[in-house]
Amino acid sequence: MIDREQVLHIARLARLRLDDQEVERMAAELSGILEHVEAIGELDLEGVEPTTHVVALENVLRADVPAPSLDRERALAGAPDSASGSFRVPSPQA
Amino acid sequence: MSDPRQLTVAEALGEIGDGSLSADEWFDAYAEAPDELGAYLWRAKGAGAVPTGGEHGPLAGTPVAIKDIFCIEDVPTTAGSRILEGYAPPYTATAVERLLAAGARLLGKTNMDEFAMGSSNENSAFGDVRNPWDRGRVPGGSSGGSAAAVAGGLAPCSIGTDTGGSIRQPAALCGVVGMKPTYGSISRSGMIAFASSLDQCGPLTRDVRDAALLLGALGGGDERDTTSIGFPEPIAIPGREDLEGLRVGVPSELGLEAEGIEAGVRDVFERAVALCERLGADVAETSLPNARHGISAYYVLAPAEASANLARYDGVRFGMRVEAESLDEMYELTRSAGFGPEVKRRIMLGTYALSSGFYEAYYGSAQRVRTLIAGDFAAAFGDFDLLVTPTSPTVAFELGARAADPLAMYMSDYCTVPMSLAGLPAISIPAGLAPPDGGGPELPVGLQITGPAFSESLILDAAHAIEGAVGFDHRPKLAEGRR
Repeated sequence: MIDREQVLHIARLARLRLDDQEVERMAAELSGILEHVEAIGELDLEGVEPTTHVVALENVLRADVPAPSLDRERALAGAPDSASGSFRVPSPQA
Repeated sequence: MSDPRQLTVAEALGEIGDGSLSADEWFDAYAEAPDELGAYLWRAKGAGAVPTGGEHGPLAGTPVAIKDIFCIEDVPTTAGSRILEGYAPPYTATAVERLLAAGARLLGKTNMDEFAMGSSNENSAFGDVRNPWDRGRVPGGSSGGSAAAVAGGLAPCSIGTDTGGSIRQPAALCGVVGMKPTYGSISRSGMIAFASSLDQCGPLTRDVRDAALLLGALGGGDERDTTSIGFPEPIAIPGREDLEGLRVGVPSELGLEAEGIEAGVRDVFERAVALCERLGADVAETSLPNARHGISAYYVLAPAEASANLARYDGVRFGMRVEAESLDEMYELTRSAGFGPEVKRRIMLGTYALSSGFYEAYYGSAQRVRTLIAGDFAAAFGDFDLLVTPTSPTVAFELGARAADPLAMYMSDYCTVPMSLAGLPAISIPAGLAPPDGGGPELPVGLQITGPAFSESLILDAAHAIEGAVGFDHRPKLAEGRR
């Protein structure tokens, strides 16, 4: 159901790099899972509203008052690389 | 002095109150116990490792094990993933803050399936967890380290997270109590996200009373999680000894007709239902006609949400990075090296379900099935106060038994996923022992009790009555073989 090309396309969207063996296995496993999932196709869902959130909630608002947030140095401390108070990454254009 | 590890939280707090036990003795008994189960990923060196707040709080001095999915300031937090190896968060999860404020002391961080994706704890990047009842078997998952620690005398109580059964199923497989409260009752701030519309924190304890103690401390609205609203009433300490006047429904789809239910589980469940009648409940069969589609809907919705939530692990702000020439290559190499097979599978599944051309067929349909399942529960609660089902169709299985078949593993959640989709509170309590199909040692079987949204106090009360009648020996299976 899911072929090799589709697996490679999805992996690209998800920013995952799979080796040949993983691609083969993923195609088979995803196909098996989706086959099971497609059992819901037998249900009549016409006119059924989708559920996005299970608890009835109105908009949750708070007063717009400035408060201290995470210190910059603390926020950067867990990063693999940082410079000049920012996260440092390789060039997007390389 | 008897071993303080034999005591429930309430019992130990009582002994501390009358001076026969000190909080340090209680803590040290656990902190010094060797972890032969692989239950912990990190253990505190002494009670002062993380400061506590409430010297006089309701949990003053209580040692607690925290699932490694909760951020704790300056304490290693991995969610069972290589991609977060070495990460120490700059802040603490609200649920943990609330426990500490109530006086709890941090024992350690417990092992778990990577990003809470799994039902056996075999998806941890940092090793398997052993079931204290039979070390050749899994403890369940994803909160497997928490359940094994409580059952194996390595912690008197723990908190875990439940997205589709990740508290209730390991509690059942390890013979402890585990509760997933109503969605929204406990803050998710600082709880590493898997599927945000389903994830809930909850306690794992030796008995129902302790579950109520922890739940009372955990609940509450939080400015940092706008979906959190707390409990409408404080959680009552359960004391009920009978079920007089309660209408208890047995949904056939998740009971005796549950897919893959073992004969031994069926027997224990039938005895538990008979026990409910003897305790005075008005018991009748009922139906949740769409519940059998729960797994299908769940394995679209949860991976879809996970694929979005896990986009943040990109080697930029925290965790590991694989260096590369370009940004895109760095993302791909980091994520491919950092995530394990099950996490990759779910990201792929979720990305596919959300991709252009398939969104409505998968995600849209699954959201509609969720509405149908919630409607089934609403109808059942028109006729019944509570519903009872087995928690897991099987007892603890052998390590490796389902590791090669993702779908077989997913079916472990057959009886717990529908409640998650409907956001309902449910508890698993030990109902007895049964051998696995094909023979083997007798292992714990869980009974799941579900109620309407925010009916936690009623569920706990009924669970307390059933627990008393079952008479399950909740003393820990100590690693040294004594009990």
